Amino acid sequence: MKLQVNGVMHEVEASPTARLLDVLRGPLGLTGTKEGCGEGECGSCTILLDGLPVNACLVLAGQAEGAEILTVEGLAAGQLAPLQQCFVDDGGAQCGICTPGMLIAAEALLRRNKAPDDAEIREAIAGNICRCTGYQRIVDAIKHAAVVRAGGAS
Amino acid sequence: MIIGRSVPRIDGHAKVTGKAVYVDDLPPRPGELWGVTVRSPVAHGTLRGIELDPAFDWSDVTVVTAEDLVAMGVENLVALIEEDQPILATGVVRHVYEPVALVACADRDKAERARAAVKLLIDPLPAVLSLDEGTVVQKKYRIDRADVDAALAASEVVIEGTYRVHHQEQLYIEPQGVVASWHEGETPVVHVAGSLQCPYYVHKALKKAFHLVDDAAARVEQTVTGGGFGGKEEYPSMIGLHAALLARKSGRPVRLIYGRKEDIEATTKRHPAVCKVTLGCKRDGTFEAIKVDVVMDGGAYVTLTPVVLSRGTLHACGAYRFAHHRVESRAVATNTPPNGAFRGFGAPQTIWAVERHVDAVARALGRSPIDLRRQNLLQKGDLTSTGQVLDVSVGGQECLDAATKAADFDRRARDLEAWNAAEAAAGRRKRRGLGISTFMHGAGFTGSGEHRLKGKVQVDLERGGRLRVRSASTDIGQGTETIFQQIAAEAADLAFEDVSFENPDTSKVPDSGPTVASRTVMVVGSIVQKAAAAVASHVRAKAAPGESFATAGDRLLAAGDAETKCLVQYVPPQSRAFDDATYQGDAYPCYSWACDVAEVEVDLDTFETRVLRLFTAHDVGKAINPVLCAGQVEGGTLQAIGWAIHEAIVWRKDGSIANARMTNYIVPTSVDAPEFHTTLVEVPYPNGPGGAKGVGELPMDGGAPAVANAIEHALSADLRWGAGVLLPDLPLLPENVFERARRAEVVS
Ligand code: FES
Ligand code: FES
Repeated sequence: MKLQVNGVMHEVEASPTARLLDVLRGPLGLTGTKEGCGEGECGSCTILLDGLPVNACLVLAGQAEGAEILTVEGLAAGQLAPLQQCFVDDGGAQCGICTPGMLIAAEALLRRNKAPDDAEIREAIAGNICRCTGYQRIVDAIKHAAVVRAGGAS
Repeated sequence: MIIGRSVPRIDGHAKVTGKAVYVDDLPPRPGELWGVTVRSPVAHGTLRGIELDPAFDWSDVTVVTAEDLVAMGVENLVALIEEDQPILATGVVRHVYEPVALVACADRDKAERARAAVKLLIDPLPAVLSLDEGTVVQKKYRIDRADVDAALAASEVVIEGTYRVHHQEQLYIEPQGVVASWHEGETPVVHVAGSLQCPYYVHKALKKAFHLVDDAAARVEQTVTGGGFGGKEEYPSMIGLHAALLARKSGRPVRLIYGRKEDIEATTKRHPAVCKVTLGCKRDGTFEAIKVDVVMDGGAYVTLTPVVLSRGTLHACGAYRFAHHRVESRAVATNTPPNGAFRGFGAPQTIWAVERHVDAVARALGRSPIDLRRQNLLQKGDLTSTGQVLDVSVGGQECLDAATKAADFDRRARDLEAWNAAEAAAGRRKRRGLGISTFMHGAGFTGSGEHRLKGKVQVDLERGGRLRVRSASTDIGQGTETIFQQIAAEAADLAFEDVSFENPDTSKVPDSGPTVASRTVMVVGSIVQKAAAAVASHVRAKAAPGESFATAGDRLLAAGDAETKCLVQYVPPQSRAFDDATYQGDAYPCYSWACDVAEVEVDLDTFETRVLRLFTAHDVGKAINPVLCAGQVEGGTLQAIGWAIHEAIVWRKDGSIANARMTNYIVPTSVDAPEFHTTLVEVPYPNGPGGAKGVGELPMDGGAPAVANAIEHALSADLRWGAGVLLPDLPLLPENVFERARRAEVVS
């Protein structure tokens, strides 16, 4: 089957009924997308499917055929994207296990809302559980990234 | 100065790009099997036998039971404090989810089916499922200072109260797991890599069970770890042993990673506790005497309970001055999975009680909870319950001042009351309130712990004038790697980039002691500092005039100079010895202090609570990296809020867990979390690096009582209740708050 991931078309040997999460992490070797619960509750497997955030543990690989998939590995082009840099600088990642999913959820938000306020940010990442940070620094990092993306001072 | 600067965390890049390798990201090894655990469905029973379904194809499945351990000459024991917990149950099972057999197969689905094809023959026995029924005492302590009975008899005011707290699941987002392999040969070597906090705990457990004499015969390596909070302190020894047994029997590498459900069910949780507090004071509010009776639920095996109970005991009198103290504590066994390490380690349980009790006293005396705390807060020169003189780094008052100032407490409280009145007048049903807690947490191991541990680190000079820090202290998200590099760079007067951190791997790092007890920065960091300074000054002393550090270093390395490496062992500061028999003396080298102010909104119809804002001030001595430090404070505080108002393990009557999933074990989301206003207070501790003391656990101690105090403030215009506090018990789930409110008198 064919999957388009991070702008590259891949030919993979996998059952269309396999979980997309397993296909990404297994044959495609993209282990950046994490599994925290396997039932759509933690958000650590969040990816973009045609621009929309979904839990890769709930999507079948077959459902992703023909769609554009974005994982954490696709965020940086050469150097870190502003969102990633802000997570590092502002304390948005501690243990880091929620970070890939969190970044993807934030990316989805910033694509549709260039200057979200705190409440909008919190709403957008409400499906992504972080047990380490208390969320404040994640919210701050996303807000900061919005400013940088808009061409403002870092 | 590198210390005190928020340098971006070293592992940040790998974590935001998805390159960081967690245990489940390790590439499969050739021939690798998937391991699973067969567990008891019964809380207590006689294990008569284990049957393998004859209809199942076992040809490519490895099975390990306690009998195999006998055959392999393995000691059936998870080495920790008491030698009571088997690796696999034999003869009797003592809790639901107790491991009884292990199964591994290359095909993961088949391994899961094989698990179901193992039948356990168990005759149930009566089970003890709550601490109220527990009679077997695992450990007890007693602190008795001055004359509590006489002082209470003479006190003008004596108030009593009983307070309960419940289990809490760590819920790190990366479930526990390891990959193990066994290499036969003249000297067999067992290798375990996994998500863990304390590589040398696993190392010790492997050595003990497999009778390995040589340290090199067991190698334990930490993979990037997706949170721990204490949950990956002792339990990885169990998983490591299980995977190693399967690897040994099958001759193949074995991957044993828990699913979320199994992780919640089988691994350790916070100890539930009941505390009865009696406090005597003057009518003017001056505290005189305190008596606390603590009972904790240790679960089916002792594991770390004695140490958890000890910390709970030592924190039971809170952050307040008394002339007379008595604490009597005990832990009882129950037929529930062993409770274990969880951030705070017994202190949040007893601090909940004493903080709630101070609110009860304030109420009885008609005093504001802030003023009563301010009046009685421990100051420099005061004595603790163990008779320790607080002679250094005592920042309680500073924290109280900073947090109440940040919150603009009095004004905010008045504004909220006015807001409530307007809501009530308009017939609306939301109420807001403000609450406070003040607390302290002993940094480092208790009493003589550090003397026994003899934690070590090594710093090596490497080519190009670089230093490498070798320590077994793990980074489980808190930023150890980054902070140790900062400390070493500062001590060696080198650039941050010139220092690196060796991955904790027992074949490469000395035993620095476990990553627990808020000891990493203060204790291990202080020897990182010494070792780095020693190596750097040696290089500088040997440098020829005009020779650069890097050139001199390379020359010394080429010459095989022995002092380019420095191994330092921690020597605790001279202090009054702690007497384990009387529990008197210096319990901790120093304490970290804090004050939380919580603003909540309560819905009078649903009794749901939201924490809107959280103002907190933490005295950490010195924040080596303020961003990382504040992240610890906020993350820990949110865990405390979760414990208070969201999280609860639901136990079935048979001792199993009804909500072992993230769908129904609810932790706070970004929408539930408050806006944090964090102040870092720095009252330096001279023996810590740069003045730093512990921060890891402190934030877990005060969130719950501050929220409870705030809920009561929110409800105070609508409800009137009798003596004591409205909310003596955790959790403050809507149904529980409703139940308490129902019993109160409605005044509006
Ligand atoms: S693993 Fe997909 S939501 Fe948790
Ligand atoms: S950083 Fe650890 S779960 Fe979010």
